[in-house]
Amino acid sequence: MKQISVFDVIGPNMIGPSSSHTAGALRIARVMHKLAPQDIAEVTFVLYGSFAKTYKGHGTDKALVAGLLGMSQEDERIKEAFEEAKRQGLKYKFEMSDSTNIKHPNTVEIIVTDSQGNQLSITGSSIGGGSISIDQVNGMDVFFTGEYYTLFITHEDKPGLVAHITNCLSVYRINIAYMKLYREHKGKMAYTIIEADEAINEEIIDKIMYNNKVHYAKIIDI
Amino acid sequence: MNFIDAKELLKLCESEKLKISEVMMKRETALFQSTIQEVLERMGHSYQIMKNSVKRALNEDLSSIGGLIGGESKKIYSRNQNAQSVCGKVVSDAISYAVGVLEVSSSMGLIVAAPTAGSSGVIPGVFIAVQEAFEFSDEMMTQALFNAGAIGYLITRNASVSGAEAGCQAEVGAASAMAASAVCELMGGEPEACLDAASTALTNVLGLVCDPIAGLVEAPCQKRNAMGASNALISAEMTLCGVRHIIPFDETVEAMYRVGKSMPSELRETAMGGIAATPTGCQLCKTIFD
Repeated sequence: MKQISVFDVIGPNMIGPSSSHTAGALRIARVMHKLAPQDIAEVTFVLYGSFAKTYKGHGTDKALVAGLLGMSQEDERIKEAFEEAKRQGLKYKFEMSDSTNIKHPNTVEIIVTDSQGNQLSITGSSIGGGSISIDQVNGMDVFFTGEYYTLFITHEDKPGLVAHITNCLSVYRINIAYMKLYREHKGKMAYTIIEADEAINEEIIDKIMYNNKVHYAKIIDI
Repeated sequence: MNFIDAKELLKLCESEKLKISEVMMKRETALFQSTIQEVLERMGHSYQIMKNSVKRALNEDLSSIGGLIGGESKKIYSRNQNAQSVCGKVVSDAISYAVGVLEVSSSMGLIVAAPTAGSSGVIPGVFIAVQEAFEFSDEMMTQALFNAGAIGYLITRNASVSGAEAGCQAEVGAASAMAASAVCELMGGEPEACLDAASTALTNVLGLVCDPIAGLVEAPCQKRNAMGASNALISAEMTLCGVRHIIPFDETVEAMYRVGKSMPSELRETAMGGIAATPTGCQLCKTIFD
């Protein structure tokens, strides 16, 4: 059981009104901000369940755009997220889905397109008190929460890749709390998600990227 | 240093000759590898956010997203300044500040969720009113937040502070219990008295449902925060006068959780019961979302 900190109880410090519909929504979008390339041109937010029904009253829409722009849950500019998106030339739209095929009532799918037309999508749920889970990346079922220092790596499904990654971490004395491996098909693209106890820095990312079978590695700290 | 219930917490207070707030600070530094100075600084920052949110509601015109609340803090404060308050200064200030934090939160302003966004007015309301009345320093108030945090931690760990899980009794109830205990410590109460005050506050709102109109954290949430603030103050007052609580804190928390679990889902934040499900509540919901 994860220990509860006094700052989980007197906190989080956040922009209101709702920890699940505002802060949680922002954190899901912030995961995408960390995962996606720098040059996002367009984003579509597909809202499900309670998000679809009550998003306006909770500022969920502004929180999602703010998170994608990289704002934190304490950022007082969240209220002006739409204006900020316009300034930065980001096109955004919201779609409501009445599908009930979702794991949790507060779910959003975020689809971004970069300037080259490449797409990336994630699906996340806000599970209460600002906590989130990421349930899909590019349509593949995954699971991580952003509570730990998280490393997201896409690489070819080849022998030795996991050993290479864990070796890089061990050199920097990073203790792995959880590690999960997902793949599309045998020998094709695979995802490794590592949740660690210690902060992971860009130097480690460079070491991991040094192997040419690694396509990209991103630090997700939200 | 760690504890998992009030019994263990009291034992630590006794054996180490520490206040509840001091035990909680030591627990935090031990479990999360930080120093006393670091955790005090971080908590000091949270207290400044609380103070700013109270100040904003008194000085700015805030309008909530749903339009159900706005301007209440100023109204209460200004009558208190210009006419004789029914409740007396401390309670009147506390409720004015508590409703103000909800105005800030519902207009997308910065607040401290203590323990949740929906109950975020109770602790700032009580703390700032008490600080002004007794001229306590910010350092004392910051330390008292650790006392409140200990109570909130125990309720989170052994029950719930979520309205969706256990109703408003869990959210505003927990916030009241946290504030009551902290005030008790600030006024010189022993650790046992703090836990009594917390138990009293929680018991007073047992069974309180979570029924937000249109599902928004505006009404009746805002006034429930005012109620929570006054509940904390009367609970602390009674305990400091020597009026003790009969049922131990751990058992009170367990009782609250059992009541929460037996509430139908209509009364747990779904906006399908209570005040939210009245004809006017339903009409407001339509007006806001259509």
